Amino acid sequence: MAFNLKYSQYNNASILVEWPQKIDELILDDIIIFKSKIENYYSKQKVEVINAYTSILIIYSFTIDKFNDELSVLKNLYSKKNSQSEVNKQLWEIPVCYDPYFGEDLVQFSRTKELSISEIIELHTNKIYTVYFIGFLPGFLYLGGLDPKLKLARKRTPSLTVKKGAVGIGGNQTGIYPQDSPGGWHIIGNSPVEIFNPNESLPCIISPGDKVRFVPVSKSEHSEILKLIEVDQYNLKSKPIYA
Amino acid sequence: MLKVLKSGLYTSIQDTGRFGYRSLGVPVSGAMDAYSSTYANTILGNSIDDAVLEITMSGPQLQFLKPTQIAIAGADLQPRLNGRAVQNNRAIMVTEEDVLTFSGLNSGLRTYLAVKGGFITKTVLESKSMYRAITDSERIQAGEIIEYTEFAKASQTTNAHIKYDSTILSSKVLEVSKGPEFERLNEVQVKRLEKQRFEVSKFNNRMAYQLLPILPNDLNPIITTPILPGTVQLTPSGHLIVLMRDCQTTGGYPRILQLTERSINILCQKRQGEEIILRIKD
Repeated sequence: MAFNLKYSQYNNASILVEWPQKIDELILDDIIIFKSKIENYYSKQKVEVINAYTSILIIYSFTIDKFNDELSVLKNLYSKKNSQSEVNKQLWEIPVCYDPYFGEDLVQFSRTKELSISEIIELHTNKIYTVYFIGFLPGFLYLGGLDPKLKLARKRTPSLTVKKGAVGIGGNQTGIYPQDSPGGWHIIGNSPVEIFNPNESLPCIISPGDKVRFVPVSKSEHSEILKLIEVDQYNLKSKPIYA
Repeated sequence: MLKVLKSGLYTSIQDTGRFGYRSLGVPVSGAMDAYSSTYANTILGNSIDDAVLEITMSGPQLQFLKPTQIAIAGADLQPRLNGRAVQNNRAIMVTEEDVLTFSGLNSGLRTYLAVKGGFITKTVLESKSMYRAITDSERIQAGEIIEYTEFAKASQTTNAHIKYDSTILSSKVLEVSKGPEFERLNEVQVKRLEKQRFEVSKFNNRMAYQLLPILPNDLNPIITTPILPGTVQLTPSGHLIVLMRDCQTTGGYPRILQLTERSINILCQKRQGEEIILRIKD
């Protein structure tokens, strides 16, 4: 599917490409394919591409001399036929412990939403979420697909310290804090897995376009997984998704 | 080796930044005033991406444990070697036991200390720039030892003829281009951006600089989009936030302006209360 894209120069070394302003999986797929074509085309030069819901920003390591020349490179790439093996997608199973010990806001969340804790867990683990992009913090996944029944506006006053691995809900979004950070989401659980590790050659194993499912684990399973991660004996479960 | 006797207000290792990891949410980081850090490296014949120390407002106390050549560029913090004044923008020979101190801020806010061959610290994701959650620490601490290569003899400094452009420290004017959401501003707001004398608020650090006064607006938030250092966001409360080198990679506020590279270098040399004028070009 070809969209009507808007190209504009963002600064002297970057170009912004915008899709229709709508959070939509068809747009996401188109973004990911275009991003991958650009990265492949410029694999010898230093160029990086940031994607968000409805746009990509192409950052060149050189000053753009002729905007129109770069523009025609991009437009040609976009209209080029997709090669099959361009994007491999995975479904990741992420263990989450929904014990109130970790989910510091779980009890309050349950009262506010008039849902039992087991209903919250069921609603949160029944869905398959789509990874739209990574932003906010290194390794923070923007996930789409939260059950509308779990929607709850962010806290008025953010917590100063949300723990690494905390699983939260903010508005119609859900996600995992990849490191200790201030944050305004309601914390309902904790995942022991390391989504982001800067000392690995592949610091973030999950990519935009991938899918994520949360799998409930007990407190003791949570600490078992932590121990395995410490001795480098734990691998996050995933399986390929075929289009 | 360099021994940190006192750390100063905020001193960190920086280079030209972490290019290529923004799609994982990793900020680019790097020296706030890329012009001055490059200048310090150039004086010593270093590569421009050699790691330097970024020193903010109040200087550290540093002791050299091996001879080398150093250069300081950027803000004037009145550097002293063993108590005697030394100048910015010169190659200076230092020897074992020499102590570098700074006796006070004269102009600018950030200065850069380069050593011959660059500081040797851990490289994470292709950069030595310190950033929380990427490197082990986000700034240097008293007692720390930082490695560098010994240079006993002064090397010929071939680049001494390049004059330091001190307008980086004195200019009030930030050149900006229109951001993707600029067109959503009304005429009154645009006029105010052009005519208003802004000042740097107390909220200024490596992530962002807020400007005052506020610009009242009723712009809607946008769907989260990519952002860059130099992007000026306008919040619903009217705050103008100029994103700096450690900024996040995506954001949800309208992006009304974009600073040039040179303007980022100028702004990061400003302190709370200093005046700023925006010059919007097409």
